[in-house]
Amino acid sequence: MRITVKLFATFRDGRQKIYDMDLPEVTTVQNIISSLGIEKSEVAILLINGRDGDFDKELVEGDTVSLFPPVGGG
Amino acid sequence: MYGYIGKVLRINLKQKSVNVESLDLENAKKFIGGRGLGTKLFMDEVDPKVDALSAENKLFIVAGPLTGTNVPTGGRYMVVTKSPLSNTIASSNSGGFWGAELKAAGYDVIIIEDKADEPVYITIEDDKVEIKDAARLWGKVVSEVTDELKNEMPEKSRILTIGPGGEKLSRMASIMNDYERAAGRSGVGAVMGSKNLKAIAVKGSGKAQVFDEEKLKEVNSECLKKIKENGVTGAGLPTYGTAVLVNIINENGVFPTNNFQTSVFEKADDISGETMAKDYLLKKSPCYRCPIACGRIVKIEDMGLEVGGPEYETLWAFGSDCGVSDIVAIFKANYYCNEYGLDTISVGATIAAAMELYQKGYIKEEELEGLSLEFGNADAVVEWTKKIGKGEGLGAKMAEGSYRLCEQYGVPELSMSVKKLELPAYDPRGIMGHGLQYATSNRGGCHVRGYMISPEILALPEKLDRFTLEGKAQWVKTFQDLTAVIDSLGLCLFTSFAMDASMYTAAYNAVCGTEHTAETLLEAGERIYNLERLFNIASGIDPKEDTLPKRLLEDPIPDGPSKGNVHRLSELLPEYYTLRGWGEDGIPEAERLSKLGL
Ligand code: SF4
Repeated sequence: MRITVKLFATFRDGRQKIYDMDLPEVTTVQNIISSLGIEKSEVAILLINGRDGDFDKELVEGDTVSLFPPVGGG
Repeated sequence: MYGYIGKVLRINLKQKSVNVESLDLENAKKFIGGRGLGTKLFMDEVDPKVDALSAENKLFIVAGPLTGTNVPTGGRYMVVTKSPLSNTIASSNSGGFWGAELKAAGYDVIIIEDKADEPVYITIEDDKVEIKDAARLWGKVVSEVTDELKNEMPEKSRILTIGPGGEKLSRMASIMNDYERAAGRSGVGAVMGSKNLKAIAVKGSGKAQVFDEEKLKEVNSECLKKIKENGVTGAGLPTYGTAVLVNIINENGVFPTNNFQTSVFEKADDISGETMAKDYLLKKSPCYRCPIACGRIVKIEDMGLEVGGPEYETLWAFGSDCGVSDIVAIFKANYYCNEYGLDTISVGATIAAAMELYQKGYIKEEELEGLSLEFGNADAVVEWTKKIGKGEGLGAKMAEGSYRLCEQYGVPELSMSVKKLELPAYDPRGIMGHGLQYATSNRGGCHVRGYMISPEILALPEKLDRFTLEGKAQWVKTFQDLTAVIDSLGLCLFTSFAMDASMYTAAYNAVCGTEHTAETLLEAGERIYNLERLFNIASGIDPKEDTLPKRLLEDPIPDGPSKGNVHRLSELLPEYYTLRGWGEDGIPEAERLSKLGL
């Protein structure tokens, strides 16, 4: 199953901006962040295909996961 | 007197008179200061029907009670006047250091009246206030004027000035201070230009008194702690500036592109805060007593410049809104806006509207004088910014703002504005509360009158579903009232990512000896909001203008994560009016007004 993971802001430090991952069926965002060495508590905003996501949601083929630490502006 | 200095400097440019009056403290406290006090003074002294660019309009430059204190970010001043762009109330605030210096010189308010016969500038050194001939400064750009006046004035003076944009009465002209800080929106620079006033240089040696120094120390360290611990104010903004929003707004599919024809921009990362920090950032640039330091200094190599970098809004306006992904071109357009004294949001959005007018065949090739107006053309955003600044050719038409430009071609609906003020960088079709806030902001299409992006996208203070309507009207009202408080105190809105109403209350009470609770302070915010509304109605603004451009109400976003959505304003507005205590017609009703003491 192919999943795209996009990292932003400080999550890019020491990591790639974007990962095209080939993952086994039944994968959650929690599995992905663990594999990238990111703690759940560090993630302020989690989007799956641009919509509010959930760490335990099972991903499906072609999903895009976007992860942000706390950010803001105006 | 605590917090407030108690003095108003009234300058009549026609008579060349300078008078110092005492501040009506009761009035000041009722409307806090800054934005609120400025509006109250305007209402007391000027008919809101006044022609914004006539001598009868006045400029109120107002500090807050916390301006010049050591409460974090307490350096802001507010320019209140009638807007020549929207005909609504204009209150544009700016950071930097100028506002704090005004307080140090011993004034809460400057009132500028009438019009000078010839260009003048004002110098203020404590009690010594002079009106001087500005012939040699007229026509000069912001950095030149600032350098010249800094040379002439005592060391560490602070300079506020307009650029050629304001002189030429562009309705998008800003008032600039400390080189690159802007009271940007609503065309306040044109009002200053219409009075033949080029600049105000100020140097002060005093300080406002504080009611309870010990308590204030305590409150300040609590504020600083909260700001430091908060992920946005302690890490996100210091590292990336506001530009960090580019990617997140784009990932949500609400990053307006090609004049809101769509809302995903494929090349967003090229113009993002991450890219700017990695490849172009030289250093951060803070305002007065600000631990956040969101300002950026960047290099523009081919021009040999090290200058203020663009904010998020600017990256969007000259970037995706014009289809442009060349970040250096955006730096340049931003630089010219700062030098000509123009609002980057309105200028970028007006160029985007012009691009659509050209795309659809309304603007003809022969009007372009050899320049491009194609979406995606990086040179175009730089060159048209210069043309607008100089008021040349089609640039002179564009200098009137996107609404008047599109109206001239018979298609005002192509202007993405509310009450003629260009909308900022968030497509409300995918952010319901934010759209309601655009429609009801007292100065027109503005994001910083109630920043609903915070809960609807950034999950602060909690995450709301951006597509739902439930509870949004109440959130918008509360955010608008709280923002009116922060703007009136003289603090930066960005503190609100970390601080809540109780902390603003504690700071205000410690400085001024007031006995506010969070509730009474928010009520003051509501009072201010209603007074601004009364201004707009008296000025002739029809509440039917509490709306959004037709495109955003009728044409769904064509692609991306927010695809298929329009803004559902008509479902939100009645509830909002009810919560505000306004009639179905949007007019404030006597009962709420009298409860608010209006
Ligand atoms: S957060 Fe940014 S805009 Fe606000 S006071 Fe600090 S540097 Fe200025």
